Amino acid sequence: MKKFLIPLAMFFGLVIFLAVGLNRDPHEIPSPLVGKSAPAFSLHTLDPNAPLFGPQDMKGKVWMLNVWATWCVACREEHPVLVAFSKANQLPIVGLSYKEIQAQDEPAGRKLSPEEKLQMARERSTLWLKRHGNPYVLSALDLDGRVGIDYGVYGVPETYLIDKEGVIRYKRVGVVTPELLQSTILPLVQKLNAS
Amino acid sequence: MTSFLKRAKYMGLVLFAVLLTCGSLQAKEAALMAEDPVVEKRLIHISEELRCLVCQNESLASSRAELANDLREEVRKLIRQDKSDSQIKEYLVTRYGDFVLYRPEVKPLTWVLWFGPFLLLLAGVVGMVFYLRQRQSGSSGKQVLTEEDRRKVQELLKSGDAP
Repeated sequence: MKKFLIPLAMFFGLVIFLAVGLNRDPHEIPSPLVGKSAPAFSLHTLDPNAPLFGPQDMKGKVWMLNVWATWCVACREEHPVLVAFSKANQLPIVGLSYKEIQAQDEPAGRKLSPEEKLQMARERSTLWLKRHGNPYVLSALDLDGRVGIDYGVYGVPETYLIDKEGVIRYKRVGVVTPELLQSTILPLVQKLNAS
Repeated sequence: MTSFLKRAKYMGLVLFAVLLTCGSLQAKEAALMAEDPVVEKRLIHISEELRCLVCQNESLASSRAELANDLREEVRKLIRQDKSDSQIKEYLVTRYGDFVLYRPEVKPLTWVLWFGPFLLLLAGVVGMVFYLRQRQSGSSGKQVLTEEDRRKVQELLKSGDAP
């Protein structure tokens, strides 16, 4: 047995561990929410005349919840994919506008009232959706990020698939790509619709 | 060379801008800290054990990320509701998973993480002892000269004397 092969084998073992480890995205954290009921909420939507929206309104449907904001740079990459996907009418996509009004949007020296924030968020988001296309059946406004915390949101965009019973079946942190739609999301939607 | 200088200048500008925004965020932080010293003390104690999910190598206590700010506010609320430390941690774990804990729980899933290094150390020690023993016994047993060797050596020595 050639002795120099042992450190060489150990070296390659280390290289393989590093190659796998360094190529993983540290931002992808397994969500404890998958398999659990979608946390309840009741939020205003972009439409000022619409009633408050909550996940309970979607009972009996398989639907997608997409967390977004107009200030979110990665959302711009994701948005056309969602717009195209929504045209295929596979399932309703609900937007959750996350903390649309950021601290730097507030005028200096004065805090905006919740009503002012709501109005500003509605104006800004509606305009943005007009410009970039609207894939959402409606978009709920999580202005203070409280609902985001319940959903474990830590990076926008995030996307959830929720089944007919209101259980979260899938969570994606980061941009939804056409490949991901084809390989993972669509098959899961079909499976959930069938059951 | 000039393009390098240009780039360096540009990087300097970016760094300056980043430092500026950091400063403004820090200023906002200070105002919040002053509220209730008892709550703040517990907040720091708890949030040092929690990970900021945006800047993953920072604790929730030290991070200036927007989300860390919100989560600290959430922890403050829970402290005021007289929740215990473990209840507060549980609250965050159900939302963000074990990953928020800097000191993960000891459970079958984390056994490798907790005990793996000790197992490797043990394997290393066993391997070393085994290797050293083998080398020792090998050296005392093998390198004895045979009759043939001795005869050859004698011959060489003699032939060396002759001229």
